[in-house]
Amino acid sequence: MTIAPAIIFENISFSYHKRQILEEVNLKIPDGEFASIVGPNGGGKTTLLKLMLGLIKPDTGTIRIFGDTPEQAREKMGYMPQYAHLDMNFPATVMDVVLMGRLGKKKLWFSKQDKEKARIAIDEVDMASYIHTGFSELSGGQKQRVLIARALCSNPSILLLDEPTANVDQETEENLFSILQKLNTNMTILLVSHDLGFVSKYVKSVICVNRQVLIHPTTLMDGALIKDIYHSDLKMVRHDHRCSEGGHCHD
Amino acid sequence: MIEFFNALADPDNQFLQLSMIMGGLASISFGIIGTFVTTKRIGYLAGAISHSVFGGIGLALYLQVRVGLAWADPLWGAIFAAVLSALIVGFVSIYAKEREDTIIGTLWAVGMAAGILFIDRTPGYFNLTSYLFGDILLISTRDLMFVICLDLVVVGISVLFFNRFFGVCFDSEFTQLRGINTSFFYMFLLVLTALTVVLLVRIVGIVLVIALLTIPPAIASFYARRLWQMMVYSVIFCALFTWIGLALSYSFSLSSGPTIIVFSGAVYLVLLVVHNQFK
Repeated sequence: MTIAPAIIFENISFSYHKRQILEEVNLKIPDGEFASIVGPNGGGKTTLLKLMLGLIKPDTGTIRIFGDTPEQAREKMGYMPQYAHLDMNFPATVMDVVLMGRLGKKKLWFSKQDKEKARIAIDEVDMASYIHTGFSELSGGQKQRVLIARALCSNPSILLLDEPTANVDQETEENLFSILQKLNTNMTILLVSHDLGFVSKYVKSVICVNRQVLIHPTTLMDGALIKDIYHSDLKMVRHDHRCSEGGHCHD
Repeated sequence: MIEFFNALADPDNQFLQLSMIMGGLASISFGIIGTFVTTKRIGYLAGAISHSVFGGIGLALYLQVRVGLAWADPLWGAIFAAVLSALIVGFVSIYAKEREDTIIGTLWAVGMAAGILFIDRTPGYFNLTSYLFGDILLISTRDLMFVICLDLVVVGISVLFFNRFFGVCFDSEFTQLRGINTSFFYMFLLVLTALTVVLLVRIVGIVLVIALLTIPPAIASFYARRLWQMMVYSVIFCALFTWIGLALSYSFSLSSGPTIIVFSGAVYLVLLVVHNQFK
């Protein structure tokens, strides 16, 4: 392999309250990837992102982000959390929220340069005219874009998005994806999505996550598993998309 | 009301002037910490801390009267109990998420009960109502020193670490990813809350603390677009409520703490309706 993969999972298992969420996951995500993580609720999609970020520790196995541990690589990752996770009435302007992406261990206040970076990030998601608008006054799709700008303004090499299209209409979603597609030219993007049929038009590959310990105790990302995950939705999967090397199977 | 202003101007009524100054100064800490407590949604943690303060007061009275430790003053007892329970509450909410509400509820009730038991075993008469419902008119110059120190600490720390506290309150997880020790700042915030609660207990009493800590920020949030604006508005509302409440309680011979709370609650309800009507 000539280029080091952006993200490597080796034999990752993770359980929460004695419930196995992920089991023996092996995963290689090449640099420049644009992938959607799909799977049923509670299947471990968010867990996968949180492991990459080092917010939670795996029970077994190792994770490497550009050869570093997740904690060491945090500077290289931009993260957009799930929409519902935040207080939507919090008193903050768009600028205030995006500036959080410039927080750092060594600085107490934001510099002119921080504000400039935040401005550029806000511009990138087409929110420049809302810079001093209250975050709570924005529509769902606008809030999502602000949270993406926040993730962008630390100049990440990897962008991790948890449900960026939850609660937004089709048009906003298309809009969002064209922004992401543009961003993908210089960063790796992984996003969690429910809407497999829609995202597969844009993403380069699909990562299917389901612990399914009872039925498939040792596999996690198995191409055949899609059938079990999305019984009726299977017809929505587009098969003309390019899969990552080795298809969905990462064993 | 005129009667109140006359009384306020009367040099013999120094206690009244003192309590007005106290109310104004204390509002600075209340407004700032109240804003953090409201936006972080830890009002019930502040409630648990305030009730456990009673345990500390009881313990101090017991040690002072029964054991003969002259330094064991109720104020130190209150500070000790508040900080201790803030640390317990903090560790519980960071490390034992699933049992959080039970443990905090227990701390709330046990702190209160322990206070009563200590007082049962302490000879002498204690004016429990002033602890439960506050009595700003009993403020001493030492309390004033405490308020000034607390204001300096709260304002200084809030300015210095504003962005970190902002991050911890709005999105702790993201803030952690930016390399900030969010657990530390959360604990820090709880300890500051504890010290502020001790002061609040002097003014509105244990039972009413949560109201004065959360009502002004709740009203401020109607009008504020940014966190620091919410703090400024909270401070103003808190001072107005304390002053007007005091004036009302003096004019109608009512207990000061409950008057302040009922007045602020009434204003909140009215503004809540108005705000939702014209949204």
